Amino acid sequence: MQLAVLVIYLAALITPWLFVQHQHRTAYIMALVPAVLTIWFATHIPLVAGGEVLIHEYQWIPGLDISLTMVLDGLSLMFALLICGIGTLIVLYAGAYLKGNPAQNRFLVILLAFMGSMLGLVLADNLITLFVFWELTSITSYMLIGFNHQSAEARKAALQGLIVTVAGGLALLCGLVMLASIAGSYSIQEILGSSEALTEHPLFVGMLICLLLGAFTKSAQFPFHFWLPNAMAAPTPVSAYLHSATMVKAGIYLLARLQPELGESGLWTILLSSFGAMTMLTGAFMAVRSTDLKKLLAYSTIMALGTLTLLIGIGTETAMIAFAAYLLAHSLYKGALFMLAGIVDHEAGSRDVTLLGGLRKNLPLTAILVAVAALSLAGIPPLFGFVAKELLLESMLGGAFHSFIYVFVMVASIFVVTVASVIALRPFFGTFKAPKEKEKIHEPPIAMLAGPVVLVFLSLVAGIIPGTVGSWVTLPASTAVAGGVVEGYLALWHGLNLPLLLSGISIAVGLVLFKYWDAFRSRLQVLDPIIARGPERGYFWFMDAIVWVAEWQTRILQNGSMRNYLRTIVLVFVGLTGYTLLTRYQLHWNWDVNLYFHELVTVGILVAAAIAACITHSRLGSVAAMGAVGFSVALIFILFSAPDLGITQILVETLTVILLVLVLFRLPSFSNISTTRERIRDAIVALLVGVLIMFLIMITIDVQLFEPISGYMIENSYTLAHGRNIVNVILVDYRALDTLGEIFVLALAAMGVYAMIKFNPATSPGSNHYAGTLILGEKKLAEKDIIHSLEEIHQKMLEDQNIISAGAMKDRNDNDDDDEDDSPNSSYDEDRDHDDSQAAKRKAEEHDDDAENEDKEGKKS
Amino acid sequence: MMKPGTIILYTAARFLVPLQLLFSVFLLLRGHNEPGGGFIAGLVAAGAFTLYLFTFGSAVTRDLMRVDPRNLIGIGLFIGMLSVFPAVFQGQAFLTAQWWPIMLPGGTEIKLSTPLIFDIGVYLTVVGATMTMIIALTEAEER
Repeated sequence: MQLAVLVIYLAALITPWLFVQHQHRTAYIMALVPAVLTIWFATHIPLVAGGEVLIHEYQWIPGLDISLTMVLDGLSLMFALLICGIGTLIVLYAGAYLKGNPAQNRFLVILLAFMGSMLGLVLADNLITLFVFWELTSITSYMLIGFNHQSAEARKAALQGLIVTVAGGLALLCGLVMLASIAGSYSIQEILGSSEALTEHPLFVGMLICLLLGAFTKSAQFPFHFWLPNAMAAPTPVSAYLHSATMVKAGIYLLARLQPELGESGLWTILLSSFGAMTMLTGAFMAVRSTDLKKLLAYSTIMALGTLTLLIGIGTETAMIAFAAYLLAHSLYKGALFMLAGIVDHEAGSRDVTLLGGLRKNLPLTAILVAVAALSLAGIPPLFGFVAKELLLESMLGGAFHSFIYVFVMVASIFVVTVASVIALRPFFGTFKAPKEKEKIHEPPIAMLAGPVVLVFLSLVAGIIPGTVGSWVTLPASTAVAGGVVEGYLALWHGLNLPLLLSGISIAVGLVLFKYWDAFRSRLQVLDPIIARGPERGYFWFMDAIVWVAEWQTRILQNGSMRNYLRTIVLVFVGLTGYTLLTRYQLHWNWDVNLYFHELVTVGILVAAAIAACITHSRLGSVAAMGAVGFSVALIFILFSAPDLGITQILVETLTVILLVLVLFRLPSFSNISTTRERIRDAIVALLVGVLIMFLIMITIDVQLFEPISGYMIENSYTLAHGRNIVNVILVDYRALDTLGEIFVLALAAMGVYAMIKFNPATSPGSNHYAGTLILGEKKLAEKDIIHSLEEIHQKMLEDQNIISAGAMKDRNDNDDDDEDDSPNSSYDEDRDHDDSQAAKRKAEEHDDDAENEDKEGKKS
Repeated sequence: MMKPGTIILYTAARFLVPLQLLFSVFLLLRGHNEPGGGFIAGLVAAGAFTLYLFTFGSAVTRDLMRVDPRNLIGIGLFIGMLSVFPAVFQGQAFLTAQWWPIMLPGGTEIKLSTPLIFDIGVYLTVVGATMTMIIALTEAEER
């Protein structure tokens, strides 16, 4: 089974090469892969129907209890068959649908990758593996929905789907980890097999809510349903696949998978049935309001997903039988209907049912197929949808619920009949209406029709022989969901009973509603403002809130002040470490040390240098003082016989000073900006850190939590690692992985510095070959800023006050002062014309200059 | 070009830089048994190049290094990663040290090993990273 998933990924991998040679025919070749897998899975039907569970074990990360073990039971098998079977048809369909699209290549790759992820999801036995595949389906479906990435709508829909499902995925991960920690295993089989009561555990409610958040977002349950209709922006094959067999069914799969273990909980029943019923009603109601074929179908999918959740929530045996049957029926007709909607859109040029009509003459086969599939959707015999619907109503009547759920189910089934009639009748009957010309509308190529034909045929066959389908496919699935053998059967004719009566009522009322559909819809327009305030509004509000919070916390935390960053980091460190220190350990005062004279001297230098660094008013001085601190530390290292550390310290200090000197030139001149209060505050922060570190060091001398590892290292350094220098042996052998990480960090830091300098246009490197030689070039003022003589200043003043005209003065100037260059003068004029305010500023400065000059002159004289 | 006042620096650099580089290789190779090792050796080499840089400028230093320091980072990381894998082919865990002692004709034994390869990777990365930063800073300094 691992191979089955791998094969699909490999197929995705080689698709680009095949595409170069075979163009759109690649899809037909690629359809072989899921087709073969379908057959392979189908050969397992007898075995699984016999009650066996196939387990293929494969280790992945045994140390973390993560395996790639895959399990094939009734539920997995049904899903695998749907994924591969419908997948085959979808790939075929996509080959024709996207013919001539240059990006078809990319599409096939993502589609196959999506298929592989989905297959992995339903086969995985390990919770973490399941989660990995879960997220892979989110990511690949994001790329599929946003396939038409030039369209802003598609991008928005894709992002919305991604954010909703991935946010749910995060919750799911929490839920899965909690589940594993409660049940004591990551293996689903072991969890289901264990007899431990999960419901009593204090984490149970939190776990349940997290799991449900994951499943509900993925399966578009109310109030997260809004992303699914928007995902219609995807190409039709994607919609067909996402809605029928995959993606949205993943959440349902998870719920069904966990039902045996969690189904006993009352909370599970309540949450699932109420949210399921809500979703069902919302979907049905929104579907009736829509006119776009794909929207109609999308909302009816939401309705179906709600129904499935509701059935899992009911949890009786009949409900489990109904669940599997409904799932199969829905996958068959929904896949077909979506592909057919794509055909109508493709051929007639629109999918709005109000713009279409009378297409049955041009698209006879399509019309028949849509009609049959819609019968299944409406639940009319002898289609498989009818069987499923009967079972649904039966299990509803079997469960004891609040009456509103019955009402919801009835209203939903009435609406669905209306929706089915709209889909089946509106585009194909009545007077001809279509955006395209009548002559140009014709049946699509066989590859596009193949999918719907097969699926509709299966719906029909399954409806005629429900017993066989039931015992081979759906009952084993029901067994897996129920967690025990299910007694039951699937049949078209259950006898004259209440479900049949309800079914009849819903069909009749639904048809009446269809007759007045247009009027009904216009009545419902009153509700538009309320619907506009639905959960999707909440999504946008949430997204805005994220941006707002991000802005707010960036303003607070990333305020660009180095001092604030340091203070935040340091205070958090002091707070957390200090708290641990005070609560867990006793503070030690250990002054009882013998110091030699030379050690005292070194420490004295160290302290003096540190103080000097704090109080000096010159940057170079503080750099030098810090250097002195560093070298003193190196000296201490050497005194306490750690030559390697000493050498490293000296080298690092040297390079740090070099780097600082290089940076120093770039800094503005030294100035005192801080107030005294700020200085005192900073001093306190610094003292806090210092005192904390002092206590930490004292503690480390006295407290030993573990047996030190250095003994082992010293013993084995030469015998095992062939090195006498233990420091180096630790770096390159014992702790080589750490060092590897460190050199990567170093490389990244270097790249960061490089990027910061390089991508700043003012400092792009390579312009000055002699840069860094400490040979500073002459600072050159711009020519216009140079003032050559006192005369010039007077002249400018007069010009500014409009006492004389610039030109006249210039002439005089030329005559009076031959030595002087013309250019500063003229450029000044230009400048003044451009920017009066600048000129005014300069004038003010010149006033000062002037006064000074006059003072000097006065003194001279 | 060069100011007369830097003649001492100029002369000293010409003699010191080769010695420093040689010393860095010495530190690198003896690191397993005596104080030294890739990191320290890399810093010494970077110091040598920096001295050269301050004397002759970045263009000449780039010429001397022959390899762009940025590439040096990549080469260093690559060599470091290379040393990770030999153990896997022996069926051992990643990064397990492998030793291949070679007897030279003179009776001297040279111990080739993956830690040595790893140390060379560290050495090159340190030189590359430090020089990337310093050269970028100096080149950005003035125009």
